[in-house]
Amino acid sequence: MQDGRFTSPYTPNTDDDRRRMLDAIGVRSFDDLIADIPAEHLNPHIDLPPPTSELELRREIGAMAEQNAAPGDYACFLGAGSYRHFIPAIVRSVATRSEFMTAYTPYQPEVSQGTLQAHYEFQSLVCQLTGMEVANAGMYDGATSMAEAALMAARVTRRDRVAVLDTVSPAYRQVLETFVDSQGIAIDTLSPGSLQIGEGTACLLVQQPNFFGYFEEMEAMAEAAHSAGALLVVAVDLTSLGMFRPPSEYDADVVVAEGQTIGVAPTFGGPYVGIFACKQRYVRQMPGRVVGKTVDTRGRDGYVLTLQTREQHIRRERATSNICTAVGLIALMTTLYMSSLGKQGLRRVAELCYHKAHYAASLIERIPGYSLPLSGAYFREFVVQCPKPVAEINDALLERKIIGGLDVSDQAPNGMLVCCTEMNTKEEIDRFAEALAEVANQ
Amino acid sequence: MNPSDLKYTKEHEWVRVESGGVCTVGITAFAVESLGDIVYLELPGVGEKLIQEGQFGEVESVKAVSELYSPISGKVAEVNQGVVDTPEVVNESPYGDGWLLKVEMDDASEMDNLMTADEYDRLLASDTH
Amino acid sequence: MTSTPKHDLESLNRRLLMERSVPGRVGYTLPPLDVPEQEGPPAEMLRDDLPMPEVSEGEIVRYFSQMSQANFSIDHNFYPLGSCTMKYNPKLDDEMASMPGMSEVHPRQQEAGVQGALKLMYQLQGYLAEMTGMAGASLAPMAGAEGELAGMLMTRAYHLANGDTGRKKVLIPDSAHGTNPASAAMAGFDVVPIPSDEEGNTDLAALQAAVGDDLAGFMLTQPSTLGLFDTNILEVMRVVRGAGGIVYGDGANLNALIGLVKLGDLGFDVVHSNLHKTFTQPHGGGGPGAGPVIAGERLKPFLPAPVVEMSRGPDGTERYTLGAPPQSIGKMGAFHGNFGALVRAYSYIRTLGDEGIRSVSRDAIINANYILSQLRGYYDLPYDRHCMHEVVFSARNLKRAHGVSALDVAKRLIDYGVHPPTMYFPLIVEEALMIEPTETESKETLDYFIDVMKTIAQEAAESPDLLHDAPHDTPNTRLDEAAAARRPNLRWRP
Repeated sequence: MQDGRFTSPYTPNTDDDRRRMLDAIGVRSFDDLIADIPAEHLNPHIDLPPPTSELELRREIGAMAEQNAAPGDYACFLGAGSYRHFIPAIVRSVATRSEFMTAYTPYQPEVSQGTLQAHYEFQSLVCQLTGMEVANAGMYDGATSMAEAALMAARVTRRDRVAVLDTVSPAYRQVLETFVDSQGIAIDTLSPGSLQIGEGTACLLVQQPNFFGYFEEMEAMAEAAHSAGALLVVAVDLTSLGMFRPPSEYDADVVVAEGQTIGVAPTFGGPYVGIFACKQRYVRQMPGRVVGKTVDTRGRDGYVLTLQTREQHIRRERATSNICTAVGLIALMTTLYMSSLGKQGLRRVAELCYHKAHYAASLIERIPGYSLPLSGAYFREFVVQCPKPVAEINDALLERKIIGGLDVSDQAPNGMLVCCTEMNTKEEIDRFAEALAEVANQ
Repeated sequence: MNPSDLKYTKEHEWVRVESGGVCTVGITAFAVESLGDIVYLELPGVGEKLIQEGQFGEVESVKAVSELYSPISGKVAEVNQGVVDTPEVVNESPYGDGWLLKVEMDDASEMDNLMTADEYDRLLASDTH
Repeated sequence: MTSTPKHDLESLNRRLLMERSVPGRVGYTLPPLDVPEQEGPPAEMLRDDLPMPEVSEGEIVRYFSQMSQANFSIDHNFYPLGSCTMKYNPKLDDEMASMPGMSEVHPRQQEAGVQGALKLMYQLQGYLAEMTGMAGASLAPMAGAEGELAGMLMTRAYHLANGDTGRKKVLIPDSAHGTNPASAAMAGFDVVPIPSDEEGNTDLAALQAAVGDDLAGFMLTQPSTLGLFDTNILEVMRVVRGAGGIVYGDGANLNALIGLVKLGDLGFDVVHSNLHKTFTQPHGGGGPGAGPVIAGERLKPFLPAPVVEMSRGPDGTERYTLGAPPQSIGKMGAFHGNFGALVRAYSYIRTLGDEGIRSVSRDAIINANYILSQLRGYYDLPYDRHCMHEVVFSARNLKRAHGVSALDVAKRLIDYGVHPPTMYFPLIVEEALMIEPTETESKETLDYFIDVMKTIAQEAAESPDLLHDAPHDTPNTRLDEAAAARRPNLRWRP
């Protein structure tokens, strides 16, 4: 048996190595190297658990994972900004290649062409899917992407108010508030029915389809924004773009989106990737990393980080954003997903979502006590008005191994936001409808 | 050596008085050399008012941004579209095709506030020891 | 001589997806529609064309696999990229994060169904607070820069809560990362740079002169980006706190201090931790990481939402919930932070434990000082004193004598199979080469690197063109960055 002392598998040097290195440095002990640290604060007690072996840790973290109700074991009808979609095996298999996974930001282009070309593909496919002219290499998530779009609009228009629809995700609106308030930018919250956009407004922020799953009248939005000299910023659902017309067709100036929906597992909320695309004329005001194509000294094509003078490492306090490295690997996953699904698959996924959601709605609508309070076209989410508090219904559903929709009763009386994707089988949907009928009468 | 028919600022802009109170404005060979490859110029529009020593634009290289300061007060009469489209012209010919603006000067006496070529050369010599 | 006819395989391999697209090819399978087909949306809502690639699965895999091989990565090469902490990424941590019970969990699930995830987050909050000597943590920020922004917004909220509306100024050392001034500006502050003194510490006279009743706070990276422990630290604390300012710690270099000293003990009010650096995560070709923000008593009430709270039921069972601190600055992202990164950091901290965590800073510091001592005399040392976890050299001696720049040295290292150090940063060091070996490199690797660096210094004198033209064997030679910026080509076009 070993003595009790722990040796980290991640630090190769032994006591003997350290001794020889300290000798070469010319000091007697490690403490001589850290003499700059105030002695009274050196080597504090640290209250952490003891070292744990891989075998023990697998058991322990595995037990924590089992405490979570993982969709898959459960039929899940939750969406509201994070969506369960089928992810082909190649996404994970290729993205986790250590050449991609354990490289850093491509500061040295000669040894980073893999990451750079993948980012260029990402930018290209985001443009193809959204119809926009340019895209950056990704933001943290959809919500921060929207907040940064508002800041960009304020820079472009030199105005200090932004208008946001009350049908935009509450979480997105909260993040917007965190980001713009300190910069002296005021937020006007409007409802789609009364688009009073003041002259000093930098942009109108719209979600399409909106938080409740329904499509907004985008021509009216574009007209309202542009006639006031404001930009139209659209937070779009990328999965819907497999079927529905892209934001370029209703003259969006900036398009943001949550990239999770195209190839990233829900992962309890992150890491995701924020999509950021816009018209060409705003390219030098964009936040975030951008990859461009160029040539090398031999005339061969290659890729580099470009337009870097926008960024914090050069422009410091006058940068377009403080963002630097964001979520390269997640952007790669979405690139692989878009490659794999491609022209036909993206349409097919959107159609499956659409028909399943509408099938589910048609069943639920017929259950006594339940109704669909909203009208209009929707994609894969819709609001159900329940006969009793949604929290009670969801508790009862969980006992039946069903994760119900999001409780939105703060916005619609006894409202449940239900989501269906291609992951929900007919059997699951039927079981969900039956369970709703049962729990209504309990 | 810098052309003797121009006047200079300590921020490395030059100005030349043309006929009819119009001046040509550009940046010096020293500025171009310290910036390296110029990739982008942010210049004012025709008709915009400039103030002597006031910022009127930006010049960017791959990894640096510098502010541009106007040598004289006046109104922008022309912007060199050639350097906007192909900024490398400024690198190649800072005193020739790489000029930036034509400006209708407000007050010719402002030229007295600027350096002669000799004075500018001495400034560079004292800065680069 | 054998002769193989030249065909341009490289160009074939690098064709973009849209260039490979052939109508009718597919790279997926999906199940048939198993519910009755529903009435479709109005035709005018649909798109006419979906101009996305049509490529078969095997072609996609080969394309991206070949692409990947043009990358340097920590799994294959020594990667002493200063300030970025490219240390080994344990495989166990990745596996833990990708267990279905972690990766498939939906962020909107009821708390009762996610007790395992919340418990992990709660414990990680506690570990981070314990290691930094702080009172509480929020795991919400999704990157270091977002953690900085959170810290600055908390600073602002703190002063405003005290009715202190005139505190608009944030002081930042001239050696700081660009994210510091950018984050402070995003939080609405005016940025004032503070010079470093000849030893590389905060210039105390300049600091004294800059503080006043308009002072909001001071952002300090400790150890600094020069890799040096600021020996004026206690005096800095006295001056800034004396003027009513908040001291913000940029935790970019926390890996140099972990286990050795707690930032809270030194007087820091708030700090962020780049989990992907100090607590090792695969850097993913540029993210994702995570940038939790950790606060002392003064700023804890202002932490971003959510934070995980624990209560006990009547029977003593633990119950974890998502909550918001009383005066929270709000949300930093749609959900709860980069959970996948949190699982990895948790797994790493638990593997090392109380005993192992100290080896991180110890071996990082010894490794950096070993390189410093062995390359002294070959490259200039602008601050010749013991360093912490990284060492900043200057290639100005080579530049003056042989016209060889830091860039040339960096590119030549590639020919020897080593990733270049960080170049031209910090900005206050001319021709800077910033080398961070990390604790996960062996003495043998360091000796190889040291030998190579000495050889390059010799090559600079004997054959400088060898360096100017480097790298020689990479898929691309040096790329024209000026052309890329002049006429940006940012996407495929038909």
